[in-house]
Amino acid sequence: MATKDPKDLIEDDEDHGPQQGVPLVDNGEFSDLGFDPDRKLKIVGTTPIKPDGVDKVTGRAKFGADTQLPGMLVGKILRSPHAHAIIKSIDTSEAEKLPGVKAVCTRDDFPDIKPGPMKDISYICMAREKVFFDGHQVAAVAATSEKIAKQALKLIKVEYEVLPHVIDVMDAVKDDAPILHEGNRPKGIDDWPEDKQTNILERAEWSKGDVEKGFEEADLIVEREFDTKPMHQSYIEPQGCIANYTEDGQFELWTCTQAHFVYRSRLAAILEMDISKIRVSVSELGGGFGGKTMFYAEPLAAVLSRKANRPVKMVLTRNEVFRATGPVAGTHSRIKIGVKKDGKFTAAEAEMYFQTGPFTGSAFGNAPQACFTRYDLENIRAYGYEVVSNRPKVNAFRAPCVPQIVFGVEGVVDEIARRLKMDPIDLRLKNAATEGYETVYGYTFGPVGFVETLKAAKEHPHYKSKLGPNQGRGIGCGFWFNRGGETTASLNITPDGSVNLMLGNPDVAGSRGSIAMMAAEELGVPFDKVRPIIGDTSSLGYNHSTVGSRVTFSAGMAIVRSARNAIKILCQRAAKEWGVPEDSVVFEDGYVRPASANVGDFEPLSVADIAKKAGQTGGAIAGHAEINATGAGPGFGVHICDVEVDKETGLVKILRYTVVEDAGKAIHPLQVEGQFQGGAVQGIGWALNEEYIYNEEGRMENPGFLDYRIPVCSDVPMIDTQIIEVPNPLHPYGLRGVGEVPVVPTLGTVANAVGDAIGVRPRSLPMSPPKVLQLIEEVEANGVDEPYAA
Amino acid sequence: MARNHVTTTVNGDEYEFLCDTEQTLLDCLRDELFLTGTKEGCASGDCGACNVMLDGRLVCSCLVLGVEANGKSIETIEGMAHGDELHPLQQKFLELNGLQCGICTPGILVAAKALLERNPDPTETEIRFWLAGNLCRCTGYDKVVRSVQAAAEEMRKG
Amino acid sequence: MDDLRYEAPETLDAAVALLAGEVGNARVLAGGTDVLVQLHEGLNEPDLIVDIKNIPDLIGITEEAGGWRVGAATSGMEIVDHEAFAAAWPGIIDGVKLIGSIQVKGRASMGGNLCNASPAADSVPALMVAGAIATVIGPNGTREVPVEDIPTGPGQTSLEKGEIVVSFLFPERPPHSGGAYLRFTPRTEMDIAVVGVGVDLTLDDNGTCTAARVALGAVAEKPLMVEDGAAALIGTAVDDAALEKLAGAASAACRPINDKRGTIEYRIKVAGVLARRAALIALERAKQS
Repeated sequence: MATKDPKDLIEDDEDHGPQQGVPLVDNGEFSDLGFDPDRKLKIVGTTPIKPDGVDKVTGRAKFGADTQLPGMLVGKILRSPHAHAIIKSIDTSEAEKLPGVKAVCTRDDFPDIKPGPMKDISYICMAREKVFFDGHQVAAVAATSEKIAKQALKLIKVEYEVLPHVIDVMDAVKDDAPILHEGNRPKGIDDWPEDKQTNILERAEWSKGDVEKGFEEADLIVEREFDTKPMHQSYIEPQGCIANYTEDGQFELWTCTQAHFVYRSRLAAILEMDISKIRVSVSELGGGFGGKTMFYAEPLAAVLSRKANRPVKMVLTRNEVFRATGPVAGTHSRIKIGVKKDGKFTAAEAEMYFQTGPFTGSAFGNAPQACFTRYDLENIRAYGYEVVSNRPKVNAFRAPCVPQIVFGVEGVVDEIARRLKMDPIDLRLKNAATEGYETVYGYTFGPVGFVETLKAAKEHPHYKSKLGPNQGRGIGCGFWFNRGGETTASLNITPDGSVNLMLGNPDVAGSRGSIAMMAAEELGVPFDKVRPIIGDTSSLGYNHSTVGSRVTFSAGMAIVRSARNAIKILCQRAAKEWGVPEDSVVFEDGYVRPASANVGDFEPLSVADIAKKAGQTGGAIAGHAEINATGAGPGFGVHICDVEVDKETGLVKILRYTVVEDAGKAIHPLQVEGQFQGGAVQGIGWALNEEYIYNEEGRMENPGFLDYRIPVCSDVPMIDTQIIEVPNPLHPYGLRGVGEVPVVPTLGTVANAVGDAIGVRPRSLPMSPPKVLQLIEEVEANGVDEPYAA
Repeated sequence: MARNHVTTTVNGDEYEFLCDTEQTLLDCLRDELFLTGTKEGCASGDCGACNVMLDGRLVCSCLVLGVEANGKSIETIEGMAHGDELHPLQQKFLELNGLQCGICTPGILVAAKALLERNPDPTETEIRFWLAGNLCRCTGYDKVVRSVQAAAEEMRKG
Repeated sequence: MDDLRYEAPETLDAAVALLAGEVGNARVLAGGTDVLVQLHEGLNEPDLIVDIKNIPDLIGITEEAGGWRVGAATSGMEIVDHEAFAAAWPGIIDGVKLIGSIQVKGRASMGGNLCNASPAADSVPALMVAGAIATVIGPNGTREVPVEDIPTGPGQTSLEKGEIVVSFLFPERPPHSGGAYLRFTPRTEMDIAVVGVGVDLTLDDNGTCTAARVALGAVAEKPLMVEDGAAALIGTAVDDAALEKLAGAASAACRPINDKRGTIEYRIKVAGVLARRAALIALERAKQS
């Protein structure tokens, strides 16, 4: 693996899509890991109990906040009460005098970092010249108890000069908007006037074909504008960590993260340490969905631990989680699609604005690449702007920045179907991209399952069922690249033939079990003989984060190669014992056997037989792999949603919801269904009720689960699922990745259903009752929206 | 003033601890008794991750003062299995993938057990409204509800 | 740093003495589902917490003179599970059922819900339309107070220093009486009312409404009695015309604010809608009682 500068690592992982999203072409590097359609499977495709299951139902599992160290201090963070202000001074002297306070840290304890992503990340963790949002971290205290730490925070005096602030993305691009970063020049806009201040950080465009010509050829053009609001990932576990900096200059961190190797690199930059002296261990992860790829308290805990020479534990409160972590970008978009009378799309255009918080990191480049990808459009122009405003820095969330834009695209497609009086699935089938389609980002599809997914949705009993009064049905579809990336794994066969796996990616929903299933399948041993653990950063080589639906795919490849490396050794040892050439034995179903009767009459040796004697035959038997996985297969989903609208209050009830999606291959079908269902319900929350409410001072008014309304159990029905399996030829088990796609179509699907019920398609999220009631009243006053008139 | 001295029964065992008045029962279980199976998701009674039984009633332990536990009986997730025999709910959540990340699972299991003890044959709607105070962000609730239904059926068989 | 003290008296007199005698800020702890949240968020910093749940007078549900008396600190779940009381006062159950989740109701009480004095408290409009009388004890003795006279504004009550609500009396009611409480929230559960409406009515043998009470929550600084709403029903068969008038009266009575939970315009509209729906439920219940 190439040595990398930490700053490269940072850029890699912030940029979730543009490069990593591209499923690279097969360059032969993984020719040993191709898909074998004739292979008989014993374990893959079954549903064993996951390895971490029992600990999680008995309360034994240790999450971020669930551990202690001797002599541990408690750290608490002082946060900005202002949305935008200059920090004129910070006086910590009174806090430091309080008995029980062992360390205080401020911006003075953090190094200057040259401009770039690392500086931004550091700035989010500790404000420097200015605070950029309500909740921005300004100082921190470590004390012998939480009570003392909280009291010490009150003794820190911060003098602010409050500045005008701006919250919403379209307000931030106005000419008279308050400017967050003086002197900022937007990337990707060559002719930007020299003296013009702006909150636009970057413009990025992906285009192909001739869009003007495409629109000229169209018989019908539909162009609409859409808004979505930021949402929070809303993992139920607030971030919690323990930092332990020791006197010999070593640093250990225990934390709940999707990105422990990335945290390590970033901490090395902030602490100005060698990477090898930092060891990050991952706790069980109580939900992340992309939100735990960025650290907040960890660098503060590290600095406090270094100052106090004691371990420091920090756990965020729910209020802190809402005010200062996440969210997902809010957007404004203009979507335009041209179509022939027969339903064939001729051109598509998207203009998009993404709210990123005070710094870059929205991964907005995903959207222009993905928003139309699934339709076999020849003419596309898709461009987006990343815009800063006084909100917390945006963080990743399943398919970053894509569902927001697909909300609009699927709305325009729905309107086209209505205007052409076509079945909405037939319209999509007519335009579905298939193998050989060259995408806007330059990748040519191999075998993909979009058509199969659409056809399955059309045949689904849900799609054929009848609706009642005040009810509506919507369909929508979406795409995600899926990802590979740097991945390592190690597999050790123990003396009794059972197997330990060391994996390098935090497990957000069951990946370690799926990876163990693949290892068991390879080795021909029962699933319960394989025990996977997630290694710390010192036990394996570098791994990309758990993001982008990459883990089961990439770590699956790494573990299969590890297993096959171990199998080579098993064969060598058996051959040695039998005194025959290595190439005269084969490994089948967990046994090494003579390749043919000519080799000799030897009783086959099991993995356990060989492992028992490993000490005498050359030492422990193991396999490992360090790869940069390529060949991730694009994923597609089609959703069907039925709603009922209370016409007097605007309340939308989800009556029925079905997710049809191509998994390539479902390693553990129940877990795949769980991804579909969870993604759909997250999308339902985002579509209907989730939003940040800011007051006039720019402070968040709903930083809690009472008023930030994620769906509760009684809000949703069962979520039907149908797994489509069009194998990815570039993976040994054919899988694609299922973490992101399930969210992508949801916003558009629910909105299409609401539109069907009320006679006008909502173009602004969330579809909260007051907004829906307003639409209903408009329909009552003016009649249904034209496409709904038929 | 000295800290409050509390004697309480947790999962059938008597414990003593000292706590400040403002410490919640959740804080005391986790920080004083090291029973970290009970989770904090919000500290405001909105997520259910901290659910325990207090004298036979389902409560959010974040909304109970530690000192209020004096003389009372508490059941937590750690007391749900008997030896290596899991409760049917625990077993069904495992078999049917009723959990993903698992942070909400202890609270959901404690709440679901309380439901099945008073209503051995709940409808889907009854399950959903009973569990409305237990937020889960991973599963979309489908497999949570199915796991409860399956456990209820198993328990009715006896 | 002064420590927060905790007391759990076992008699009313002891509780009153503690509360009245505290020189600092004393808070009564019933179910704690509001007090602990406020404590955690630093919204108030009491010096003394007086836990009243060990006082027998504050806990339990008993029949009294043909009516019912409910201890002010009785947990919501105990109330919901009390079959005889629930059958007599289904509108109260509607309200109590909505005070948070099952696990919140494992602690939360009507007394706490009332004294926390949120304009959106779900049990309060239900208590008001039921004509519930609060028994209040304090340093100057005991007094009986109609529930609607207790809340005066957000977080504010008419209770004097040292006073606590001991219990609620639900007087005997005539036949053909029924009540209902409905609220509007974006989610099905775990929400604070955007609007809440309580309706209680009594019919004569011919089905004509002889008495009615209507109350609204979350549309003003405190829950409101809506006299015009009651007048719209009395003397009618609670027909469409009466319901229309009730809806109009409910909307007209609103003096809401724009806040994170709803707009003025939306609250006014929905108050009318819910009033009509609540009246229909109350009517059905009255016919069947």
